[in-house]
Amino acid sequence: MTSVVILDYGSGNVRSAQRAVETTGATVSISADFDEALEADALLVPGVGAFAACIQGIKKVRGDQIIGRRLAGGRPVLGICVGMQVLFEKSTEHAGEGFFEGLNEWPGTVEKLEAAVLPHMGWNNVAASTGSQMFKGIENERFYFVHSFAAQKWELDPHEMLAAPKVSWSNHGQDFVAAVENGPLWATQFHPEKSGDAGLTLLANWIATIK
Amino acid sequence: MSVAIRVIPCLDVDAGRVVKGVNFENLNDAGDPVELARRYGNSGADELVFLDIKASSSNRETTYEMIRKTAEELFIPLTVGGGVRTVSDVDQLLRAGADKVGINTAGIANPELISDSAKRFGDQCIVISVDVRRNQDSPSGFEATTHGGRNSSGRDALEWIIEAAERGAGEVLLNSMDADGTKNGYDLELISAVRAKVEIPVIASGGAGKLSDFAPAVKAGANAVLAASVFHFNEISIQEVKAKLAGSGEVVR
Repeated sequence: MTSVVILDYGSGNVRSAQRAVETTGATVSISADFDEALEADALLVPGVGAFAACIQGIKKVRGDQIIGRRLAGGRPVLGICVGMQVLFEKSTEHAGEGFFEGLNEWPGTVEKLEAAVLPHMGWNNVAASTGSQMFKGIENERFYFVHSFAAQKWELDPHEMLAAPKVSWSNHGQDFVAAVENGPLWATQFHPEKSGDAGLTLLANWIATIK
Repeated sequence: MSVAIRVIPCLDVDAGRVVKGVNFENLNDAGDPVELARRYGNSGADELVFLDIKASSSNRETTYEMIRKTAEELFIPLTVGGGVRTVSDVDQLLRAGADKVGINTAGIANPELISDSAKRFGDQCIVISVDVRRNQDSPSGFEATTHGGRNSSGRDALEWIIEAAERGAGEVLLNSMDADGTKNGYDLELISAVRAKVEIPVIASGGAGKLSDFAPAVKAGANAVLAASVFHFNEISIQEVKAKLAGSGEVVR
């Protein structure tokens, strides 16, 4: 049976993420244990609230090392909401303090959306990337978003030796990155665990990629 | 591509039970919040609100247990409000499985509760819930009330909502005490007045009685429409509301 660890670094409501992943048949634990998080078949990095608090929480449990080592070994990691934002190089969320550095798995800056109504709260469409495994069977569904910041550009240069990441987009005032499938590293700006049946299917699609 | 207008049923709960009856067919237990939450989740609700109507300290643990059980089965967002007085209350509700917490009376008495909660848990999970009553003596013509509309807070509703948004509330649940229970439609002037002043999402509440009441609230600026009895008594279904909104050119899920 597939084992999944939800990285427990003090981020909000992780119980519903646990229950949602359990519907796929996986065994799910909420843990900050270094070895357990490293050894699990898949790691889910949740994230709500402020970017800086999430980064600090993740680093406190050495989540940056856990993620880095897992990716080096090609082992699946899924970041959700701020758990996706922290994967980028930096965020302007704490602009008073200059840029706040992320985990830098991907280049680019997480910036505030320019929209009449913020936060972007509710169910929105995603333009799924061609050939997406993540959105297989749920290409036309809506997903639940709640955020004010997002990556508005995808800046990772393509490389002929590497498979191109699949980047899916949404729009609220402007286009932003809604989801990424980049080898073992997947991420969603929306909350699959709060997106009803479509979200549960997405999580099942993730678990199905795990060998 | 744009975000859908949310349709939100609100359940009044007391001591872990749904009160003010819900009238669905084939319901095993009309008071069971878990069964009702599941039912609404399956019938197209975009979110669910639990309002703990008494929220005394003695039944707090029952409320947490109820949220825990509901959150186990509900894969749409859950907001819980009623009697939230301290940052610790917010923390416990979120830990139990609420995605958002509504702060009402205690926020007016202690605005720091909004700032402190938003700072600690994030703007996205703090809903400022305001019971508004028309009052010509208030600068905007609307005043904020406390204790479910029984008492005047002495604060202008618009000023308070602007302050709460500045303090980090991520959404406003705008309940018109004048319209509440009348079934004569939402207070459209109130919705427009608030929409003009804040950028956070506005949930319209109070007054929904017929299918044609929902689209005008959205036209007036609401991002979400909330109702209770018309849904509970099966007078209007969530799908009917969505079809009607779609017919008026609004985006729905």
